[in-house]
Amino acid sequence: MMPMSAIVALAAVTYAFRLAGPLLRGRVTVPAAAERVFADAATVLLIALAATAALTAGHGFAGWARPAGVLVAGVLVTRRAPFPVVVIAAAGVTALLRLAGVS
Amino acid sequence: MRFLRRTPSPAILRDVLLVCLADGIVGVSFGATSVAGGLAWWVPVALSVLVFAGGSQIAAVGVVLGGGSPVAAVLAGAVLNTRLFPYGLAVADVVAGPWWRRLLGTHLITDESVAFAMRQSAPERRRAAFWTCGVLLFLVWNATVLLGVALGSTVHNTDAFGLDATFPAVMLALALPTLTSRSTRVAAGTGAVIAVALTPVLPAGLPLLAALGGLGARWTGWRGWLDARRSAADPGVPRDSAVNQEELSAGGKR
Repeated sequence: MMPMSAIVALAAVTYAFRLAGPLLRGRVTVPAAAERVFADAATVLLIALAATAALTAGHGFAGWARPAGVLVAGVLVTRRAPFPVVVIAAAGVTALLRLAGVS
Repeated sequence: MRFLRRTPSPAILRDVLLVCLADGIVGVSFGATSVAGGLAWWVPVALSVLVFAGGSQIAAVGVVLGGGSPVAAVLAGAVLNTRLFPYGLAVADVVAGPWWRRLLGTHLITDESVAFAMRQSAPERRRAAFWTCGVLLFLVWNATVLLGVALGSTVHNTDAFGLDATFPAVMLALALPTLTSRSTRVAAGTGAVIAVALTPVLPAGLPLLAALGGLGARWTGWRGWLDARRSAADPGVPRDSAVNQEELSAGGKR
């Protein structure tokens, strides 16, 4: 369940993060090291989200088809494949594996 | 729409359209998976219009569909969007102008629009690239999410099309190119192991937040941060030297 209040809260926080930069420009300098911690926090979250979304469904294992598709996508990303190719490959591999009976 | 009359070069427009195509696929997938997972149609639509930050929308819906609470969903989305703050600093010159343009431009700050602006150096071109990407992406993103919602409500078995694999694939496409330093890779790897290991035992949403504990593993990064603070407090040491030290220690194995 996702109530409207949660959506508005996320929207407000997000807009605040966006607005802070243009408002504070010239008045504050973010230390380079602090900026790197922000960036690393986002990377850690994205990778953790990728791992849990690829491997788990609810509290259990998601089956082999989905992680296989995501793995192919990951290899394509490291080979600098265009974004549309990456996304379609992930869905395609997973769909084909399921068609072949792999859950 | 005067700002659109400063048309960008055909090469930029082509790249923007390619990015829109890619994000459009994600938009369809986001809309379809959200409603197929049982959320009301207006949830992905409202998120796309009001939040307009794909990664955090996907994360928030992912947490909720995984059984997590709305609070955990908002937290996960908010942490992902902290990066918009340094982005805003980077493109502050581009969104300057009358108040309405500033309010609108601020909402269009995304990974993509900032990346396009940063690739240009002349102010006019920066502006044209940012606004072209921002406006087109907003239109394409919301249209494709609507399309996905329509598809998701008619096609019941979206899993057969492998759409559930597109979420993590997008996350990887966004995150893998940022794994440039060893300390970042260690932090991300540790975070992923923490999140997956805790998923069977913790309520949904919490393993993701626990993954931030992986930041503790980037010890070289923290040491550099402490050094930078120490030298900032001591005017005798030039401030840049500590940062350069960190670059050297973190970037040595790049």
